[in-house]
Amino acid sequence: MPAPEVHARLTGVTRIYGAGTSGTKLHALGPVDLTLERGEFFSVVGPSGCGKSTLLDVLAGLAVPTDGTVEFEGKAIRGVPDGVGVVFQEDASFAWLTVRDNVAFGLRRAGVDAAEIARRVDYAIGFMGLRDFANAYPSQLSGGMRQRVCIARTLVLQPRLILLDEPFGALDQQTRLLMGDELLRLWRETGATVLLITHALDEAAMLSDRVGVMSARPGVFIDFVATGWPRERDSRIVSDAHFGAITARLWEKLRAESLKSLGSAP
Amino acid sequence: MRKAGDFLILIVVLLAVWQVLHMIAGDTTLTSPADTFAKLGALMRTEQFWANVAETGQAFALALVISIVGGVGIGTLLGLNRTSGTVSEPILISLYSLPKVTLYPLVLLCFGLGMSAKVAFGAMHGLIPVALFTMKAIMHIKPVYLRTARALRLSPGQVAATIALPAVLPEVMAGARLGFSLSLLGVLIGEMFASKRGLGFMINSAMGLGDIATIMAVAVFLSVFAVAANALLLVIDRAIPR
Amino acid sequence: MTREGWIRLLIVAAAIAALEALCRTGLIHRTVLLAPSEMVVSLWHILQVGELNDDILSTLRNVLLSAAIASVLGFALGAVIHALPRVRHAVEPLLASYYAIPTFMFYPIFIVVFGVGAQAIIAIAVLLSIVAMITATLTGLDRIPPVLRKTARVFRMSPAKRAVMVDLPAAAPYLFTGVKLTFAYSLIGVIASEFILSGAGIGYAIAYAYNNFNNPRMYGLMLLVIIVAVAANTALDAVDRRLQARLRR
Repeated sequence: MPAPEVHARLTGVTRIYGAGTSGTKLHALGPVDLTLERGEFFSVVGPSGCGKSTLLDVLAGLAVPTDGTVEFEGKAIRGVPDGVGVVFQEDASFAWLTVRDNVAFGLRRAGVDAAEIARRVDYAIGFMGLRDFANAYPSQLSGGMRQRVCIARTLVLQPRLILLDEPFGALDQQTRLLMGDELLRLWRETGATVLLITHALDEAAMLSDRVGVMSARPGVFIDFVATGWPRERDSRIVSDAHFGAITARLWEKLRAESLKSLGSAP
Repeated sequence: MRKAGDFLILIVVLLAVWQVLHMIAGDTTLTSPADTFAKLGALMRTEQFWANVAETGQAFALALVISIVGGVGIGTLLGLNRTSGTVSEPILISLYSLPKVTLYPLVLLCFGLGMSAKVAFGAMHGLIPVALFTMKAIMHIKPVYLRTARALRLSPGQVAATIALPAVLPEVMAGARLGFSLSLLGVLIGEMFASKRGLGFMINSAMGLGDIATIMAVAVFLSVFAVAANALLLVIDRAIPR
Repeated sequence: MTREGWIRLLIVAAAIAALEALCRTGLIHRTVLLAPSEMVVSLWHILQVGELNDDILSTLRNVLLSAAIASVLGFALGAVIHALPRVRHAVEPLLASYYAIPTFMFYPIFIVVFGVGAQAIIAIAVLLSIVAMITATLTGLDRIPPVLRKTARVFRMSPAKRAVMVDLPAAAPYLFTGVKLTFAYSLIGVIASEFILSGAGIGYAIAYAYNNFNNPRMYGLMLLVIIVAVAANTALDAVDRRLQARLRR
């Protein structure tokens, strides 16, 4: 069995807002050390305001760390590297484009030729179950559908690392569970490395190979939990006894941190 | 279908009210609907009327172009930076609610009597709402759109053309509709106050002669034009997916 | 004051200073524009001498009257239209395009009907501002959250009581925005009407001064209008923001 390959690595990363100015500083994140193996599904859970989104921004190249290094595929990153896809928490579908045009957006800007665009867009639309809505506008779709559009838009770019920032936060529980299944399907089909930020412990426990637990702000990793799930999994593993154990362990670490961020004694 | 029917009923009611007012007030005060339309028909057969229309139309067209191009330009520049937007907003709003007619003498002193003064009046009125709406639209572009643009590694030109522009279009259209109406108003008031040509002047001179029929005929003409144009802009507005 | 407030003050002050410099150095000719300091002196002089006090009071009176009439009438009409959905559907397109119509062209008609005087001016100003109030009323009554109405029914309130104790306070922020707009439009309407043709009022005085090449008086009065407009609108806007903040949950 080949040794796990390091896909992305954060070393000693901190992010301090207002660093280098004379104004107030906000120590949002770090120091964080994180190694992502190629092809793994990794989730990050943590209390509100702990810096999870900042972590994603730094990893994606959307934010520059105050300290530390960020490496993707062996090289230090500058700006957003090629091969990284991001799905945000808010609905980022463009209101003025149809679903099809939304999905094709990134490819068109990258100058990919029309035939290839059509092929990839058709595939992604089919894969994400959007075929019946290909010519609809986002305003005509539900929140869950719009997130699928955003995921499809990222999917067509064939990213090797997919970062998702609480993508299902605005959805109801049942839709979330089903979207989780979709995400797993996506992960298996593309073989990409996935980093998912979520506040939902069950989601992290169910979907991931590994879960990183973050402390209250400034966020640092206080635990890494390996789930040991088989690759072929879906939301039905919630009935597995091991699922309860994982969730319990996550909450045990997280409860104290959450209380801290709420301002009460643990 | 019912909506169209209701609307027609409303028009009939308005015409009826007009007729009743005419019968109360008398011919020298308020012309009847029938006479007004007859007068309008007669006017439209004269060359003089259309010369006036052309005069007003020219000034209005120029004022409109300046309002929209200038307004979008200024609004974009001010809106790109959060601070400049926040600082400018109250200033623009104050200018908007100012009775700009008070500044007309200044405009006349700068431009003299004539076409350029009229265009200036119209532009003064139309530019501010366009700038205001554009500025606010730019400031309110969904932040997630801009983050998406960065995640997709778009160039600034691509962001402007493929994301910013479509995102602000609905609000800019609303500002443009307002700018349209206000430019027309500005040009007409300018003509009523200080011009020897154009529809505004026509109204004013008719008033001096006590020629009610002409006043009302021109007013109807302008109203129909304004409402029709506004309706057209609304149709275009509705067609934008948002 | 906020940081933006200071920047704004600085920009306005800098603009005035620049204008002052341009005028004093003669780059802008005295026959075109007076220096701001001279305008202030002229305005002070006008107010002190008191020759134009009647005109000033006449304008202010007309503005307040028009705004009051338009607000009350606009609210009443808005409430009635709101209660009759079919009427509303027929009228709404007209209301939407109302401000497309250059209302000022009807001014000569009002002069013929009312004669040259305050009534014609008030009529035009009301005509100009009433639709803003009607639209604001419709929006305000629309925006009353249905849950408040349901609550009133649970408490078994009579329609009249509900109107006063639930509807009015709930719609108040929107209604006040209507009043704010009504005032602004009334001010514009009155001054513009006086300007085009009238025998009295600030607008007329400005036009008269212009026609008689009396620049100091003209610019003094212009300054007065600007000050009144900015002060009144800023004050009303501040109250409006306070009320709107109530709405934000």
